Amino acid sequence: MAGSAEYTGVDFYEMDGLLSEEERAVRDTVRAWVDEQLMPVIGPCYIEGRFPKQLIPGMAELGLFGANLPEEYGCAGLNNVAYGLIMQELERGDSGIRSFASVQGALVMYPIYQFGSDEQKKHWLPRLASGQDIGCFGLTEPDFGSNPGGMITTARETKDGWVLNGVKMWITNGSQATVAIIWAKTGDVDDPSSIRGFIVPANTSGYTGKDQKGKLSLRASDTSEIHLQDVHLPKDAILPKSGGLKSPLMCLTQARYGIAWGGVGAAMACYDEARRYAANRIMFGRPIGQTQIQQERLANMLTEITKAQLLVLQLGRLKDLGKATPSRVSLAKRNNVNMACDIAREARRLLGANGILIEYHSMRHLANLESVYTYEGTHDMHSLILGQEITGLAAY
Amino acid sequence: LKIAVCLRRVPDTTAKIVIGSSGTSIDETGIKFVPNPYDEYAVEAAIALKEQAGAGETVVVGLGGDTVQETLRTALAMGVDRAVHLQGAPSADGLENARVIADHLRAGAYDVILFGKLAVDDYGQQTGAMVAELLELPCATAITRLAVADGRASVEREVEGGVENASCALPAVFTCDKGLNNPRLPSLKGIMAAKKKPLDITPVSLAAGGVTIVSLALPPERAAGRIVGEGAAAVPALMQLLTAEAKVI
Repeated sequence: MAGSAEYTGVDFYEMDGLLSEEERAVRDTVRAWVDEQLMPVIGPCYIEGRFPKQLIPGMAELGLFGANLPEEYGCAGLNNVAYGLIMQELERGDSGIRSFASVQGALVMYPIYQFGSDEQKKHWLPRLASGQDIGCFGLTEPDFGSNPGGMITTARETKDGWVLNGVKMWITNGSQATVAIIWAKTGDVDDPSSIRGFIVPANTSGYTGKDQKGKLSLRASDTSEIHLQDVHLPKDAILPKSGGLKSPLMCLTQARYGIAWGGVGAAMACYDEARRYAANRIMFGRPIGQTQIQQERLANMLTEITKAQLLVLQLGRLKDLGKATPSRVSLAKRNNVNMACDIAREARRLLGANGILIEYHSMRHLANLESVYTYEGTHDMHSLILGQEITGLAAY
Repeated sequence: LKIAVCLRRVPDTTAKIVIGSSGTSIDETGIKFVPNPYDEYAVEAAIALKEQAGAGETVVVGLGGDTVQETLRTALAMGVDRAVHLQGAPSADGLENARVIADHLRAGAYDVILFGKLAVDDYGQQTGAMVAELLELPCATAITRLAVADGRASVEREVEGGVENASCALPAVFTCDKGLNNPRLPSLKGIMAAKKKPLDITPVSLAAGGVTIVSLALPPERAAGRIVGEGAAAVPALMQLLTAEAKVI
């Protein structure tokens, strides 16, 4: 593929020296996997609007799902920097593949780990780590995106269990998932404190997942609508330690953390492609890299990538210390995804007409990143979260 | 089945090589080092042989400074059982390196000893065969297939225009070529487990040997290519240059 030959990453500030040997080894293993397994298929998958399902067993074997969860559940037990590096490298390949891993790890395995009973953890976590089960996370609804507390999906307690009703939308992996974490209100629909999480096997009667068609972004990822119509669940389907809107938001903080790293990966892919292209593309008898306008583009890209790398590395170190507060994570998600959007767009422009072809990667990243900019807390919502952090005043 | 793999670290093939101030070695600053790619075939072969045998031990052996330990841990992360670091500065004379490695392997009662067919930095292609000679063991170089059964090994080697089949009794030494297998990536759990696997450090002293590196030089820079045109219209001009200027047709 045109842009991916000998991808070596970007390390202008000798950041490798700030990583441990294991962290570098994890990064290198995922980078090699992306080169060998993902890059050859991502173009066709994207064009055909198809998630490369055949890669799931290999991803599981490497240990990419829930890699920062403990070994006793079949996970790799990595620290948060190594976990972030996985997300970075996956998103260097494609945001849709990173999304798949984010959902499986941060939005399905994490809530079971954090809010689940011992039985739930022992049953589900090894199955999800090994890719035997594929999960999805049902929080967003057609009319409740940035305001998930307004959800109208309900869970009503019966004498022998629960009955769920509602519609969830924009659910990554929704149609192929074998198990869903569904968030629903157990009390009044005006009461966000009654939100609880439920483990819903996808083969439960009344549960249907249907792909949303016509996407111009994240085309190598399944995005689905989930309908819950009188879905009867046993009593132990509830995540016992979940309670209130805070629980799903804690999951989102995990996922957003990975996305902040992912933005760096997508940006590095675009920069790498642009840099090579600028060196080789001859126009007016010289490489376009010898023109000031492209040099400024490349200088801006390298600067922003380097800043974003330092940002997520420190955030990862803070997370290992339990200090990655939601607003700190918001800052990194907001900055790094916005940065990646800008770089993808500039890279695509530098590539000229060739840049609109699938053989090059920047426009695919650009289109993907518009979703990443919008999901897991829109860019604007993260502005408001930071605004509230600064002023103490909520504007939402 | 007891299997030894000898492993070296080499600069990443994409690294930009700069010759150090001594003029006889490269400047390692900022260079990423990786396991020698041919040695990775050897590591994979060792792990696969043990998996097939269902029992045994795989040991990876590396000669060099302390930096070689990271490379050894890569092999441990792939699945090798334990590592030995022969701690000392390698000699420019391949025979001296081979002596130290052979001395270590001699007491190990290994059934199979594997090397890469060459290291991609210095292209010496000596160590494996020399170790075999020093240990008085049979040796097949640049193998592309390896099967072990009933105390014997059968191998394939790609020779000019065909394939050579050979077999020998174990113990024996083999050097591995591309095509032998597809080395696995270290899994994340493997990377974490590697930290807990034994890595023994054995200081060794090497004789200077009979070889001295006089100087290193980078290959001359190639002139940039010329684009004479595009598509069929460019063919006459290209033919003209290939016959008249390059004189290759």
